Amino acid sequence: MDYSQFLAMKQEIGVLVVFLLVFLYDTFMPRKGQAVLPLVATVLFACFTAFCFVTPWPDSIDAFAGMYASSTVIVAIKNILNVGVLIVLIQSIKWANSETTAIRRGEFYELLLVTLFGMYLMISARHFLLFVIGLETASLPLAAMVAFDKHRHESREAAIKYILTAIFSSAIFMMGLSFVYGLTGSLYFTNIAMAIAAGGTVSSLLVLALAFVISGIGFKLSLVPFHLWTADVYQGAPTSVTSYLSVISKGAAAFAFMVILTQVFGAVYSQAWEWMLYALIILTITVGNLFAIRQKNLKRFLAFSSVSQAGYIMLGIMADNAVGAAALMFYILVYIFSNLAAFGVVQAVENASGKVDMDSYKGLYKTNPRLSFAMMLAMFSLAGIPPFAGFFSKFFIFTSAISQGSIAIYVLVLIALINTIVSLYYYLLVVKAMFISDDDCVIPTFRSAGSERLGLWITVAGIVGLGIVSCFYNYLLDITSII
Amino acid sequence: MFSNILIYFVVIPVVMLGALALCRGMKAIRAVAVTGSLALLGLSIWVLCDYLEMRAAGNNAPMLFTGSWSWFAPLNINLAVGVDGISIAMLILSSVILLTGSFASWKINPLPKEFFLWLVLLSTGVFGFFISIDLFTMFMFYEVALIPMYLLIGVWGSGNKNYSAMKLTLMLMGGSAFLMLGLIGIYYHSAPEGTPLTWNILEIAQNSSIDMGWQYFLFPMTFVGFGVLGAMFPFHTWSPDGHASAPTAVSMLHAGVLMKLGGYGCFRVAIYLMPEAAAELAWIFLILTGISVVYGAFSACVQTDLKYINAYSSVSHCGLVLFAILMLNTTAMTGAVMQMLSHGLMTALFFALIGMIYGRTHTRDITKMGGLMQIMPYLAVCYVIAGMASLGLPGLSGFVAEMTIFVGSFEHADMFHRVFTIVACCSIVITAVYILRVVGKLLFGPVYDEHHRTLTDAEWWERTSTIALIVCVAAIGCFPNFFVDLIKFTFSPDIFAVLGMK
Repeated sequence: MDYSQFLAMKQEIGVLVVFLLVFLYDTFMPRKGQAVLPLVATVLFACFTAFCFVTPWPDSIDAFAGMYASSTVIVAIKNILNVGVLIVLIQSIKWANSETTAIRRGEFYELLLVTLFGMYLMISARHFLLFVIGLETASLPLAAMVAFDKHRHESREAAIKYILTAIFSSAIFMMGLSFVYGLTGSLYFTNIAMAIAAGGTVSSLLVLALAFVISGIGFKLSLVPFHLWTADVYQGAPTSVTSYLSVISKGAAAFAFMVILTQVFGAVYSQAWEWMLYALIILTITVGNLFAIRQKNLKRFLAFSSVSQAGYIMLGIMADNAVGAAALMFYILVYIFSNLAAFGVVQAVENASGKVDMDSYKGLYKTNPRLSFAMMLAMFSLAGIPPFAGFFSKFFIFTSAISQGSIAIYVLVLIALINTIVSLYYYLLVVKAMFISDDDCVIPTFRSAGSERLGLWITVAGIVGLGIVSCFYNYLLDITSII
Repeated sequence: MFSNILIYFVVIPVVMLGALALCRGMKAIRAVAVTGSLALLGLSIWVLCDYLEMRAAGNNAPMLFTGSWSWFAPLNINLAVGVDGISIAMLILSSVILLTGSFASWKINPLPKEFFLWLVLLSTGVFGFFISIDLFTMFMFYEVALIPMYLLIGVWGSGNKNYSAMKLTLMLMGGSAFLMLGLIGIYYHSAPEGTPLTWNILEIAQNSSIDMGWQYFLFPMTFVGFGVLGAMFPFHTWSPDGHASAPTAVSMLHAGVLMKLGGYGCFRVAIYLMPEAAAELAWIFLILTGISVVYGAFSACVQTDLKYINAYSSVSHCGLVLFAILMLNTTAMTGAVMQMLSHGLMTALFFALIGMIYGRTHTRDITKMGGLMQIMPYLAVCYVIAGMASLGLPGLSGFVAEMTIFVGSFEHADMFHRVFTIVACCSIVITAVYILRVVGKLLFGPVYDEHHRTLTDAEWWERTSTIALIVCVAAIGCFPNFFVDLIKFTFSPDIFAVLGMK
């Protein structure tokens, strides 16, 4: 065996090194040094993120007989996720040091890094065995993270819901895989793709297999009708975990989903999965939006908002070309910043006052103008208001979807666009509560922790800058158009 | 990039935003607002003079001062700017109204800093929209201009402000949803097979490669998208509520400038890029805008709230703008631009005066006021002038605009156009009814409330604001030829050749 192949996995190895260092620190450091563990973990991860940016990005490599692949695009999406994780880590420092969490804070970082490793494998896998390993590694520790506040009833309940749906969806996914294996006799992406392309006609078994595969990943992405776990889990989990779940986990799954659909099943795009995705997108965007309107708890609210955002992300897959892939990656990048800004504010307010319902945000501008301002930018960006990044990502995802050209796509985009108006309504409800409501605010003026402020500054800078500064999108389009 | 003069229409507001963010105290805020808007006014007059000089020297390009800088290169999105006579007219209008609006909100309370921040952000969008000739940047600035309205009305508004603000924002954004689809559709048909696609309006017009089937789909999308902002029936319902609840300066800017974005966009994007579909489908929209014109005027007759009266009158007058644009001939379109200018100035004057009266009497209900001519003669006289301009007294701007529109509309010899022109003409009479009713009840006659006798007349900043607007209204009325010459160039060449019209 050629051990130099491991060099292709620089990022996976890097994340494992960080994991080991954090683990060793957590295990062997005396109690006095434990207090700085969150800081140590964050700094280590920051170094790792920087390392991933600096080290040369490979054009395209295969390893382990084609089971594992890496390319500029894959490194780019991993780096995007890294940046998101870094922000999550920064934002969670205060929570990790809080009284109830402090005793087991090390586990949060260890579990988080393990799930990230799993997501890396999902993204890089070119063989379904490796993919499933990645999927499981990414899902199961997350259940433990969701149950992190085990003294809270909601947290435990959320964990049970999460683990059951995760296992159930994996089972469905593997059921689909077994059909695919039966049809094509291989689990390699390329071999399956070739077998499908050579087959010519589309058998109904293949359609069934695809339906299983799409439903399996649909659970991870919380596409409607596989979204039922989302709101409860988001609400019950600690906010740091929720924000991780809503952006990183979703971003990785969306990218992996695109890889599977376009690279494995690309040949049967129009015959088999175009209409499935079409229906899923309409359902996801519409139902997510309609349910978000009525939410009073901000974490549930953001849960349904993220359901509908997942629908927009799927539009990038619908395009089935390089422009779509770039738009999808850009959307994930912008979504990470916008959603983390929103969660950053929710977390800061929760840590200071314990409030997460929208009613207590009434009049927040009078007591905490900066936090309200950050929240407003996040809402505007999520709603797609220029000049914030969300506008650009939405515009590009629509443009990429329409590049496919059929009338049906125009109708789909029109439905999505009308849905942005619905979403604007509920995002404005938050703005209204903070800025317009005359009620006296129940949240007193407070000064959020330095880490929280740093996190918010980074995300706000991203919201303002990512769209206007065109090089990010241009770069993504550049690298995706090579493949 | 900064050698192009037009870019400063965006740079100045952005600098103002930065300066306002640093401001402390009311004086500094006012200073920034007035200096900035004076600079913008000066800049637009400078551009006007340059423009006229270049045209006089025989420059025949469709747009002058053009410049284009790559932004999202792979999608061929550029920051492309350029102006013709219409854009310059709109730029001047916007800067005049921003200046007078700043004076009109001299004593805005609470949160003056935030108020001006949002107001300037709104005008950034407006100026950016008028100078853009790239569909993407145009659309972006369009949306930048819309969203501050929500907070401006929500925080500083009066009456049923929450409802109005939400309704206005959602309806306008709903319009822009259609618009976005239309624009992306135009992009994908902007160039013949094999040549690179473009967002640039001039290039798209030159290529004219959008085939008829797609035009039938894209024209209504874009026209309705902009038409919502132009208060086209049945999408006008945001306008009365929004205007009635908005604070003075916001009503001025919104009715005066923002609604013009609708008319300007309908012409610049929908008709300019898809003239064939415009000729085919104009009748549908003529019916809708015809309803706006008459229905708006009738609605104004039965209102008792001063702001509602003017809001409905705006629906009627802005409907006339779209109505004239859809006539698709030189005379009517010239009239449409004149009407945009005229209505912008006149309605800003109205809303400014209403704000000033409301600030004193604390009511806008005309049944609860009377005899203001005795109490505040200056404001009352201004109100009469604004009213006269609105009902089309010769010598003021309204007459010139409406006259041109109706003459242009009557050039169509067929029954359909004739009938609709006559119906629209009736709106002038109805306008006279509601204007004279208000003037008679509000200004003349006995003093209704004796407490009103203690009220004072206009302060200096209020006088500045009103005089500036009245001078402009009178200037258009007295020297219409200057403005016709300014805008005629746009309407002469290509577009009518395509339509086979004069």
